[in-house]
Amino acid sequence: MTVDADGAVTAPGPGSLDGQPGPRAELIQLLTPEGERVEHPDYPLDLTTDQIKSLYRDLVLVRRIDTEAIALQRQGELGIWASLLGQEAAQVGSARALGPRDMAFPTYREHGVAWCRGLDPVKLLELFRGVSHGGWDPAEHHFHLYTIVIGAQTLHATGYAMGIQRDGQVGESGEAVIAYFGDGATSQGDVNEAFIWASVFNAPVVFFCQNNQWAISEPLERQSRIPLYQRARGFGFPGIQVDGNDVFGCLAVTRKALQAAREGQGPTLIEAYTYRMGAHTTTDDPTRYRLASELEAWKLKDPVERVKAFLVRTGSADAAFFDGIDEEAAQIGRHIRKACLEMPDPAPLAIFENVYTEPTALLRAEREQYAAYLDSFVSEEAR
Amino acid sequence: MTALTLSKALNEGLRKALEDDPKVIVMGEDVGKLGGVFRVTDGLQKDFGESRVVDTPLAESGIVGTAIGLALRGYRPVCEIQFDGFVFPAFDQIVSQLAKMRLRSLGRVSVPVVIRIPFGGGIGAVEHHSESPEALFVHTAGLRVVACSGPADAYTMIQQSIRCDDPVIFFEPKRRYWDKEEVDTGSGLDAALPLEAARTVAAGDDVTLLAYGPMVRTCAEAAVAAREDGRSLDVIDLRSLSPLDLGTIVASARRTGRCVIVHEAPVTGGIGAEIAARVTEECFYQLEAPVLRVGGFSTPYPPSRLEEHYLPDLDRVLDAVDRTFAY
Repeated sequence: MTVDADGAVTAPGPGSLDGQPGPRAELIQLLTPEGERVEHPDYPLDLTTDQIKSLYRDLVLVRRIDTEAIALQRQGELGIWASLLGQEAAQVGSARALGPRDMAFPTYREHGVAWCRGLDPVKLLELFRGVSHGGWDPAEHHFHLYTIVIGAQTLHATGYAMGIQRDGQVGESGEAVIAYFGDGATSQGDVNEAFIWASVFNAPVVFFCQNNQWAISEPLERQSRIPLYQRARGFGFPGIQVDGNDVFGCLAVTRKALQAAREGQGPTLIEAYTYRMGAHTTTDDPTRYRLASELEAWKLKDPVERVKAFLVRTGSADAAFFDGIDEEAAQIGRHIRKACLEMPDPAPLAIFENVYTEPTALLRAEREQYAAYLDSFVSEEAR
Repeated sequence: MTALTLSKALNEGLRKALEDDPKVIVMGEDVGKLGGVFRVTDGLQKDFGESRVVDTPLAESGIVGTAIGLALRGYRPVCEIQFDGFVFPAFDQIVSQLAKMRLRSLGRVSVPVVIRIPFGGGIGAVEHHSESPEALFVHTAGLRVVACSGPADAYTMIQQSIRCDDPVIFFEPKRRYWDKEEVDTGSGLDAALPLEAARTVAAGDDVTLLAYGPMVRTCAEAAVAAREDGRSLDVIDLRSLSPLDLGTIVASARRTGRCVIVHEAPVTGGIGAEIAARVTEECFYQLEAPVLRVGGFSTPYPPSRLEEHYLPDLDRVLDAVDRTFAY
C-alpha cells in the first residue's frame, strides 16, 4: 500500500496485477490515432477502399445525427439525449461486423449501432422526445429496443442466444447475438449473471463493453481494479481489449468473436477502450467531475479524424468525396430536424393501449371514463 | 378422472404443455434431475431432455432475464422461483422488463413468460419461505397474476397461463401441494373456465367471502361451519388477481350486502384493500356493513412457531363474518 503526497491511499493490485483498470499492452489496434494502418497477426483485416469509405461515411453521419439531436434537445424539442460522441468507432465497427441475421441488444446510447442496423434515426428521437418508449419492431432490423435499466439487456441477449442454440442455428452459417453495455454496467448483477449463463450454456453471444471511462460522474476506478476484459477469464471465456476509437480494430475483433460464437465456441467479452467525449446526457455537467485536459487528450484520438487521415494519407479519397459526405450529413440533419418538429404527440387514449394483448375490462372501463371526462371539456367549449 | 395432488396436477399440466408445444421450456433451480423441491417438475427432464427442462445457475434475475430473451426468440419459458421470498432478486426483470416490453414495443413484441412461485406459509419454514408477495405484482400493469387453490384448477390454469401471450405470475399454495382432488386430464382447455374468471366454491346468501390460493380451503371450511350457525356464505375463489373478475365479485356483494376478503398477505396495501375500494364504489347502497379484511398483520412474516397467530384460520374468518352482522 502506498500513500501519496496528498495523503490518498492506493492499495496494490492482487497478484501480478497493478490494481489499475486502464489499457494494457495487449490492446488491439489496427489504425493509430494518426491514421496509420498497423497489422495484428490474430486480426487480419482486408478492406477495400470503398469499404473504408463506407465506414467513414457511417462515422460522420452518426456523429451528425448526434449533433443534431443535442441541438434539438437544447431547443426544447427533445426531453433528453444521450450523446455517443467519441464512441462512433466502437459502435460502427462492432455493428458492421454483424450479419443480417445476428441480433443486437443495445443500451440507450447505441445510436451508431441503430444506424448500421438500418433503423431510421427518427425512431430514436421518438423515444427521447417522449412520444413512445421505443416502438420499433426489433425483428425488422434485428435490433432490440433500447434498454434503460443498466445491464438488464445482457440477460435478454443471453436468453435469445440460448434460443438460437435450441433452434439448431449454431454452426458455420449460424447466428449470433451481441450485447452492448458500458463500464458502469459491469458492476451490475445482471451482467455478471449473463456472463455465467453464457459461459455454462456456451451461448452464442458477444459481450461488447464500451468502456467510455465514466458512469455519469464515476470513473472506471470506482467499478474495477482490473481491466474489464480480464474479468472474462474468471467466468471461463476469452476477453479482449481493443482500441474503441479504432473502427478497423473494433470491426476485426467483433467479427472474429461473432464467428466463434456462431460456430459454437461460446461467448467472448470485448472491452472497447474509448471515451465519452460529451456529457452522460444533456442533463449532465461533466465539468463538475472531470478535468478539461482529459478531454483534450482524447480529442487527439478522435475516431472519425483518424479514418479521414488514413484516407488522405493513402490518397484514397479526394476533397469531392469528403464534401459529398458532409453534404449527406447536412441532409440527414435536416431530415431528422424536420421529422422531429413535425412529430405529433400521441392521442391521450393511447395510454391504455399495448398494456396487454387485449385490454382488460378494467382498462376498458378506465379508458371509457377518461374519454368521457375529456369529452366533457369539449362539450363545455362548444356551448 | 383421476385423483391427483396439486403438485402432481401441476406436473401433469406442465407435461401436457411440453407435449403440445415444442416452444415450451421449463427452467429454474433444481427443476431437472431433482424434479423441483416440491416435485412439481418431477420426471419432466427425463422425458423432455435437458434443453427443454433446464437446471439453471442459482440466480433469479438470470432465470427471468434469460427467459425474456428466450421469449423474444419465440419460446414460451416457464420459470420456477423456488420460494416466494426468493423472487426479489428478479424483481427488476419482472417489473421493469417483462411487464413493460409490450408497451415499449407498441405491441410489436410479446413475452409469453410464466413465472411459477410457491407462496404462503403454514409449513413451519425459516424466513423467506412463507411470504405472500402477490400485491407487488398486481400493482404492476402488464402482468397477469393468478393463484390456483386446488388440483383441478392447477391443471388447467397452468396450461392456460402458458398459452397466454401476456406474462403471467402464477402463484401456487405451497401448503396445499399435497391436497388431493379428482382431475379430468382427458378434456381439453376449451371447456375450462377462462383464466381471468373467478369461481364460486360454495353458494350462499348472507355474506360474500372472497379468497384465493391457500385460503380458499379455509374459507370453504368456514362456510360449512357457518351453516351450523344458520349463516350461508357465498365463497368465491378469485383465481385471477390481475385482472380481477369484478363482475362476479360485485354481483355477489350486491346480493349479500356483506363482504369479507381473506388472504395470508398483510392487509396493508393488499388485494383486500383494492377489492374493498372497488366493492364500496360499486355496491355502496347495497352494503349492510363495511367490507372487512382478514389477513396477515402489518409485520414481516413471523418465525414459524408464531405463524399460526399470523395466518388467518377458520376462527378468524368466522369472527370477521360475525363482525359484519354487528352493524
